[in-house]
Amino acid sequence: MVSFIQGVLLTLLAAVTIAIVRQRNLFGVVILAGIYSFLMASVMIVLDAVDVAMTEASVGAGISTVVLLAALYLTGSREYPSAHTAAVPLFVSAVTAVALIWGTNELPRFGLADAPIHRHVAPSYLEASAKHEMPPNVVTAVLADFRGYDTLGETTVIFTGGVGVMLLLRGRRKRLKSGKEGKEGRA
Amino acid sequence: MTGWEVIADHYNYYVTIFLMVAGLYIVIARGNMIKKLVGLGLFQTSVYLLYLSPGRIIGGTAPIIDERFSVYSNPLPHVLMLTAIVVGVATLAVGLALVVRISEEYGTIDEDEIFAKDEDQ
Amino acid sequence: MKLDLILRVGAKLMLPFILIFAPYVHFHGDYGPGGGFQAGVIIAAAFILYAIIFGLDAARHIAPQGLVERLVPLGVLIYAAAGLPAMLTGQGRYLDYGIFGHDFLHAHEWGILIVETGVITTVASTMLAIFYAFADRGRQ
Repeated sequence: MVSFIQGVLLTLLAAVTIAIVRQRNLFGVVILAGIYSFLMASVMIVLDAVDVAMTEASVGAGISTVVLLAALYLTGSREYPSAHTAAVPLFVSAVTAVALIWGTNELPRFGLADAPIHRHVAPSYLEASAKHEMPPNVVTAVLADFRGYDTLGETTVIFTGGVGVMLLLRGRRKRLKSGKEGKEGRA
Repeated sequence: MTGWEVIADHYNYYVTIFLMVAGLYIVIARGNMIKKLVGLGLFQTSVYLLYLSPGRIIGGTAPIIDERFSVYSNPLPHVLMLTAIVVGVATLAVGLALVVRISEEYGTIDEDEIFAKDEDQ
Repeated sequence: MKLDLILRVGAKLMLPFILIFAPYVHFHGDYGPGGGFQAGVIIAAAFILYAIIFGLDAARHIAPQGLVERLVPLGVLIYAAAGLPAMLTGQGRYLDYGIFGHDFLHAHEWGILIVETGVITTVASTMLAIFYAFADRGRQ
């Protein structure tokens, strides 16, 4: 069973999501996304994921808000209503939701210690740390030691993302379209 | 088990699914590309919740070993999601950089207007 | 913005605490919540705050763009290099930390620290480089 505070936080999360969907001013959307990230970080603390909560609070509410605002400054902050009807997307979303909710019936109840997820590799990680073979924070030990290859890959992805942004945005702004038309005109 | 108990036991999953579907709806229905990226972000954060919810044990504590506690939450989903969050912001930045370049090229970030301009050419 | 006294004084009060908090999160990651990923983002946030309040040129003066962009691959190289000693001396496989100390726990704490240093370098410099790239585009 979920605790009361967890239920309240999850309900608030759903309410903010509705606000994000309905909001047309993109500046408002970005601020709501920041609120959403802080609520998500609170939910993560209730779920005992303190490391993840810290990351979500600093990354989701901090860095991604800054990057989104920078992009809004460069593009404009008004969203215009779409010409298409919302019926097809609503239908697709509703069908997906019903299928997924039907699937949750088979999932184990929340918070049970003998759920399948707790039986596989996690006990060995916890035992190694409990025997003082590893630092007390199991998350750090798993991140940098047991699963060091994973984290090397993730670091490489962050590096690749940074290089991608630099390739796209550095260098002088040029009018590509006029250049292309000029070339076609000459040909 | 009564209906209320089923809902209380699966409330995490219901909210996860709602966030996921809301993200999916934004990505399909909305034409503005920054809004689409925010929708993708919603979808992504719902996956964090999907991983973290089963890892919690009622009566347990955060996975930092201490003599006073014996039951800990599962640390593996925490590790996977921690790196996913930081990777997520890097990929979001790549997406926004692409949006900025599209805006410079077309003068708009609305999907329909971009298609219209492509057809005009 | 540059003349706004409250923002400038407020930022000056906050910056040293943010900059001290980041190494704390980094080095205390073995014992409490935190680690290279979080500390890197906190460092980047401090520099971004400085750039927003005091201007991009002032931020470039203390964190030159060329240096920041060179640190992005350096972090990945530190991480990748941390695995090599064990492999080259034949005492273990890639990313085995046994060689960094005599005691098992001691060796692994050093290994984790070296690896996390690579992570903090890449994360902090990537976030700052992304911010510089977007801010530069806005000024053109």
